Parts: sequence; C-alpha cells; structure tokens
Amino acid sequence: MHTKVFQLLVDNTSGVLSRISGLFSRRGYNIDSITAGVTADERFTRITIVTHGDDDILDQIEKQVAKLIDVRDIKVLKPEESVYRELALIKVKCSPKERQGVISIADIFRANIIDVGKESLIIELIGDQEKIKAFLDLLDGFEILELARTGMTGLIRGIDKVTYLD
Amino acid sequence: MIGADALVKALSEEKVKYVFGYPGVAICPFYNAILNSDIETVLVRTEQNAAHMASGLARISGEVGVCAVTSGPGATNLITGIATAFADSIPLVCITGQVNSSLLGSDVFQEADITGAVESFVKYSYLVKDVNDIPRVMKEAFHIAKTGRKGPVLVDVPIDVQNAEIKKFQYPEEVNMRTYKPTVVGNFQQIKKMVKALEKAKRPVICAGGGVLLADAQKELKKFSETFKIPVVSTMMGIGSMPTVHPLYYGMVGNNGKAYANRAMNESDLLIMVGARVADRAVNQPDLITENKVLIHIDVDPAEIGKNCGPTIPIVGDAKNIFEQLLSFEMSIDTKEWVKTLNEYKKKMVVKRNPNPKFTDPEAFIKLLSSKMKDDGIYVADVGQNQIWSCAYHEVKKGRFMTSGGMGTMGYSIPAALGAKLAAPKKQVIAVCGDGSFQMSMMELATINQVKKGIKIIVLKNNYLGMVREYQHFTYKDNYSVVALNDYPNLKLLAEAYDMGYIKVENTSKAEAAIDLLLKDDKSCIMEVMVDPMDIVKG
Repeated sequence: MHTKVFQLLVDNTSGVLSRISGLFSRRGYNIDSITAGVTADERFTRITIVTHGDDDILDQIEKQVAKLIDVRDIKVLKPEESVYRELALIKVKCSPKERQGVISIADIFRANIIDVGKESLIIELIGDQEKIKAFLDLLDGFEILELARTGMTGLIRGIDKVTYLD
Repeated sequence: MIGADALVKALSEEKVKYVFGYPGVAICPFYNAILNSDIETVLVRTEQNAAHMASGLARISGEVGVCAVTSGPGATNLITGIATAFADSIPLVCITGQVNSSLLGSDVFQEADITGAVESFVKYSYLVKDVNDIPRVMKEAFHIAKTGRKGPVLVDVPIDVQNAEIKKFQYPEEVNMRTYKPTVVGNFQQIKKMVKALEKAKRPVICAGGGVLLADAQKELKKFSETFKIPVVSTMMGIGSMPTVHPLYYGMVGNNGKAYANRAMNESDLLIMVGARVADRAVNQPDLITENKVLIHIDVDPAEIGKNCGPTIPIVGDAKNIFEQLLSFEMSIDTKEWVKTLNEYKKKMVVKRNPNPKFTDPEAFIKLLSSKMKDDGIYVADVGQNQIWSCAYHEVKKGRFMTSGGMGTMGYSIPAALGAKLAAPKKQVIAVCGDGSFQMSMMELATINQVKKGIKIIVLKNNYLGMVREYQHFTYKDNYSVVALNDYPNLKLLAEAYDMGYIKVENTSKAEAAIDLLLKDDKSCIMEVMVDPMDIVKG
C-alpha cells in the first residue's frame, strides 16, 4: 500500500468534480482527500487528490482518470520534487488560565490564533500532513471542539514539468 | 431557427440516416423539426430497443447510431441499452428531451437526472443549457462517440432550449477539445520491440477481441496472420474478426469457448491480445496468460492495458493502424510445428454431444443454418444458452456475427438485427434467440413490420431460462427456482398477429427442409425450434 498525490488539470465544466469522484467510488478507489480550485486560466480547474492503494491500483487510477474526457492532464506529485500544503482550523477548548499554554504551542508551529473566545481559541495552521499531525498530537491535553481541514494541495517545484495551457 | 432545428441540422451534417426513438412532450420540438429533414425515424415499442437498434446499425455501418427519446421514463428506459453499448464500445449518440431548464432539480413531472444516472455507462454526457452550444456539443458528441475507444454519448436537451431561437447555426468543421486527444498510431519503438519478440517466438498466438471489428481491421488481421502464419483465436466479441472457417483460426476462448482455443492460448510462448479487455469470461485466470510467455497487449484504450494482466509489451493504438505498421516489417517466423500441433488439438479435442433425437439438436441446427446462410449474412445471437451455441457452431465466412458480449443483455438480438438490416438492407439478417430473450423484445415485431424490413427470427424454444436452469442444475442440484417459462406465447398465433411467416422445427430430422423454407425469401418469419429443455452447453 502506498499513498500517492495526483494533480489534475481539468476543464472547468459543471459536473467535472462529480465525474471524478464518481469514478473513484464506482471502481472502489480510495480518496484520502480531494481539493479543487480554479486556476489562473479560468477555463481550467486544478484538482489535487490524495489516494492510497497498491501499485496496480494506483496505476489504474492514473489511467482511468486520464481517460475522462474533461481531464487535460494528470501528474503524480512526488514528495522529493513537490511542495504540499494543507490548511487546518482547530477550535480548542481552553479557559483563560490555559490560554497561554496553547498559544505557546501554536507559536512553535508558526500557527496563528485567529479567534479568541471566553472558553475557546481557533488556531489556523498551514503545513504538510505530518506537521498538522504533529501539532494535533501536541494538543493532546486539550479538548479539540471542532477541526476543519482543507485537504492537501501542492505543486511540483521548478519549471520543467509545467503544463502550458494553449 | 430554433434549438430543435439545430439538433436535426447537426444530425444531417453528420449524415445520419436513421433516428430510433420514442417521442414524449419533452422531445416533441425535435420530432417536429425532424419532419423537415431527410432523416428517417423509427418508432420503437420500448426505449431500450432504440439503443439496441442504433447499436446494430452502428456495428454494421461503422457509423454512429442515433436514438432520441423523451425525458423521465423515456430516458431511464434507455439506460440498459446505453450500458449494453458501453460494455461493447459501440458508438451511439443518444438525445434525451428534458423538462424546462428553469424547473431542473425540482422533481416535476417526467423529470429524471439522466446525465447523473448514466454517468457510469457513457463515454461522456452533456446537459445543454444554452441553445447556442448545440452545434459545438453535437459535433463533439459525434467525435467522442466514434474516436478512440468508441462508446455512447448522451445529450440531454431541456424543452425550452429546443424551442429557443439560435443566433446562428454554424456547424464546426473541426473539433477543438482541449482535453480529449486519443492515441491511434502505435508507438514505433514499442512496435519494433514487438517485432523482435515475435522473431524469437516459436508458438505465437493472436487473441482478437471486439476492438478488431470496431477498428475495421479484419483484412489487416487476416493478412498479418497469413503473412507470418500466426494462429488466431478470438473472444466472444471478436468472433468474425477472422473468418471462422480460416485454417489459421482456432475458435473462441474462455469458459464457454473451445478447449483447443484455450490450450493454444495457454501453451503459446507469445500472446498478442488485440482489442480485448481480458475480462473474466474470456480469461478466467489472467496470471495464466502472463506466465512463461511474452504478452503483447494492443488496445486503443490505455486504461485497458494492465487492468487485468500486466503485459510485457504494451502498445496503445488503433488495431488497423498497428497491423498496417507491423506488416511493413520483414520478419522470419517459423510456426509450422506449432500450427501442426494446434491442428492436432483441434481434431482431438472435440466435445461430443449426446443429442436427444426427440428434439432439435442446437449444434446440428446451427451448423446447418450456418451452411445455408448467405456467405455475407449477418447473424445476431441473443443471450443465454442460445448465445453459447451460436458462438460455438456458427461459421462466419464473409458476414458478421453480433451479440451483447460485455453486458449480456437479453433481448438484444431482435432490435439489433433490425438496426443491422437498415444499415445493410440487401443482406440476410438472422436473429437467433431463446424463448426467454425473445419475450424481452418481442414488442419490436411491430416495428419490423412498420419499417417493412425482412428479419428472420429463430427462437430456440425449451420453455426455460436455459442458461440459469443449467447453472441451477450444476450449482443447486436441480433445485430450480424461477426459471420455468410456461410455453407461452403461442408463436404461431403471434406470427399471425404480426403478419409474419411461421415455421416450426420439431426435431433435427425436420431441420434441413425447414431452414430451406425459411431462407428462400427475405420476408420476416418466426421459426420455432424445439430444443430439449434439459440440454446443456457444458458438454
């Protein structure tokens, strides 16, 4: 079992996301996370999918996704040549007394406190998945009231593998 | 000009001759506009058969089959036909009417989310919301349906879009799709690798699938096989890609195929799978065809390569194109010994059946029918025991063999035969079905009469859903459940009701005279062939 990050460039048509997610569910592929957003060229959407499976399955995923009419391009974001980021918003329950402790953990991770309430804080953290996991582990002693994560997105470094749009 | 006119104009631009369908309010603008064109319409009796007819026409003409039905139940009834075409990669454009676009999603009368419902059975689908998109969408729909790995495309058009004025109708000369560019020409390096491997091979075999017929590569396959003396076997969908009477042809593979065909495939040291999916019915254990041999997999769909087995040499491209490229190489391959061995297998490994003389033996009957059919006749097999017998005993000379191979949709043969007849009116077209599959599309007898075409319908009658009965015989020790048909309908009366001829064949001894009578003209006729209810296909 391996985890792979696929980056797709797709035509920005209605229903494109459901076509892709439908393909994953009907063929029994896993989606760990999926993010989508329009690119600099409004005709295209960039989708990042994190998935896992054995090599044959990952190979099939790549081919089946590439086959979809709306998919212009599919690339594998290899860890050694890509950057990944995810945004997490974490609402932690803490009394005014505990507040400073949470803030100092957040500082170490360069996370931002974006809301403060009487009994809670909201922390904004950006990083790769390991960083977010490490941060959540450190918050072990506190009660996490709510957690919202965007899922991973990423880009390949450099200009060698850029897909230029017509 | 309104949207409906634009749809019809696009069909004319694509040189569509027939539209199969069933009107309802939501598609009425289209069916009104079509009256002003040269396109002929065929009113089916249920929508599923519109897709099957379009499929039969597409397979014989090589063109895209077109059907048009109304929204809601009309569209949902079409789904099985679309799925059948998708499984066999048959190019269709299916137009569905849809409720007013302002009402979409509000569950009004006869609304169905058809683009959502067919998502997993179409190559692509469109929901047209702007009338000015119609020319581009139609051009793309035909392009997608007939290029690369062929398949059905659905175009859903709300009634208000059909009725809206279009600014200007200009049918695009070219398709400009940023995201869809299928590979058809084989990679030269890969082909060179294949040639090298072939030169080392002692026991090469080609397994031809439906892709060979879809690429219209029969001639090229034959020439390639003959030039280098490479034996050919086929999948069910590939039957007829090589004349079955050809000395280098060794039958259909798979659990319902010929034992010597499977043996040829398993004992080969180099196997060329071409236009075949390597699905479970053809290749039960995919690891067997990769063990101890070089596997070359040629397919126009890269996703098929490596899906069920990992090939040594993958080649993406169109079969016709790749055979042509291969023929430009000089190769020295000696297969004399191998061919001799296979001929011995073919002689020895023949399954002997024990036919019941009180009934008609399907083997003897189909062989006789096949020998008396015109060489270029079209044989459409349905699904069930009849299909397996047809695959085993029908000989394709210059004609075609068609069946629903991937989806196994019962009732396919009669509508598909009518579609084939419209594509080739001068050819003899015979549909062979069982009494179960016949009843799934017997309403189309009226359609056959209405278009005034002669179809020969042969019903192998055993009063059972024979294939399932056989399965229950082996798996559940004759505990039959929901498989007995009750001898209805009376086919003689039914033939009379539809003004068709009727011939009954009680037993094998009566078959020859009956077949002569059946084939003496080109009028529609139902032939009822009494088959032993306990007969099995697994000898």
